[in-house]
Amino acid sequence: MVAMKMDAFLMETEFKDMLARQGLTLDRGENRTLQINVGYRCDLACRHCHLAAGPTRGELMTRATMQAVIAYARRGGFQVADVTGGAPELVPDLDYLLTGLAREVPQVMLRTNLTALEDDRRGHLLEICRQLRIVLVASFPAVTAAQVDAQRGQGVWSRSVAMLHQLNTLGYGLPDSGLELHLAANPGGAFLPQGQAAAERQFRRELAGRLGLAFNHLFIFANMPLGRFRTWLEQSGNAQDYMGKLTAAFNPQAVDGLMCRSLVSVAWDGILYDCDFNQAANLPMGGVRRHINEMDGPPEAGSTIATGRHCFACTAGAGFTCGGEIAA
Amino acid sequence: MDTYYDPKDLGRFQEIGKDAPELARKFFAYYGEVFAEGALSAREKALIGLAVAHTVQCPYCIDAYTVACLEKGSNLEEMTEALHVVTAIRGGASLVHGMQMRRQVEKLSL
Repeated sequence: MVAMKMDAFLMETEFKDMLARQGLTLDRGENRTLQINVGYRCDLACRHCHLAAGPTRGELMTRATMQAVIAYARRGGFQVADVTGGAPELVPDLDYLLTGLAREVPQVMLRTNLTALEDDRRGHLLEICRQLRIVLVASFPAVTAAQVDAQRGQGVWSRSVAMLHQLNTLGYGLPDSGLELHLAANPGGAFLPQGQAAAERQFRRELAGRLGLAFNHLFIFANMPLGRFRTWLEQSGNAQDYMGKLTAAFNPQAVDGLMCRSLVSVAWDGILYDCDFNQAANLPMGGVRRHINEMDGPPEAGSTIATGRHCFACTAGAGFTCGGEIAA
Repeated sequence: MDTYYDPKDLGRFQEIGKDAPELARKFFAYYGEVFAEGALSAREKALIGLAVAHTVQCPYCIDAYTVACLEKGSNLEEMTEALHVVTAIRGGASLVHGMQMRRQVEKLSL
């Protein structure tokens, strides 16, 4: 019953003003991750999707842009390549991109919604992932069928569970297999997620105990007030309260670990952003629209990061980054 | 005052300390400690809070502990079961008093 007081400042404040109020700056540190969004087409149309990805979206990365991405991965000295979408599996030549990135970067991650992996034509993709030791990060928002289906579409729970079983059969998520399978979860509405450690225990207990499924770690994220989720917030009358909740939960200690400090996000068309969320908000890297071919190397440490009110979703509570919660 | 209950009052709850600050400080400190992780998890405590909120029929508490349960990772199935626990106890508490009724009837009846 004890609630945080939300005054007018919290309800309307800009992220940069909050940083200034706290005496903080947000600028780039050492670059570690190249995140590649290969397009917004997806077989699902999840209600929380910050990109409003779906089956009718036509934005897809071409092979020429993939070549530019692989070349940039080489000259940028990144430690991790993080391939996301949409559903990356629906993009032609994804195997070309993964193979090229695996030559240039120590660790390659592929984000999957699980259902897009089930097409038989993509059996070869799973084999490529296994051979290249690509880390899979699977969207799996909740431990009940009702919650997952409400968020992602009817029948998605059972299809996702079946694919997780298949991945386990290949060795993904099993101890000592060298094949990492992580789950990514998010709340089922306009509220903050539980702590990552507690959520991971709950998911492991439920998935291992009830379904016999194995995974390595759970990453948990707050829902981003962008795209389809933002539309839902506005239509359901939750927008103001949710933004107030995110703002009131601002944690200054989370700022230093934000993913945008160490990540470059490249969109399907080769334009660079500070993160995938800024891509959805159409805020290019440092506020300047640049193509990946214009970059000689990684962005300089200390350079500006573009921000918007949606950034409060990454600094709420313990804070969130592409690897889940930042710190307690 | 248009209504006895105003949802905005929940966000202003801490103003209750304005005229008794030391008591409020002690109360809110105790409250925070009670709901921290302990022998019971914060998630379990939120479920207990939700159930009790329905028993004391406090709309502020129902609002707050519904959100708390969601944010601690509980789902509607678990939350509904928690309500049935208190409903069973409330119903049972009424029913068990039937023994008093029965004793009285037995005493008065031939």
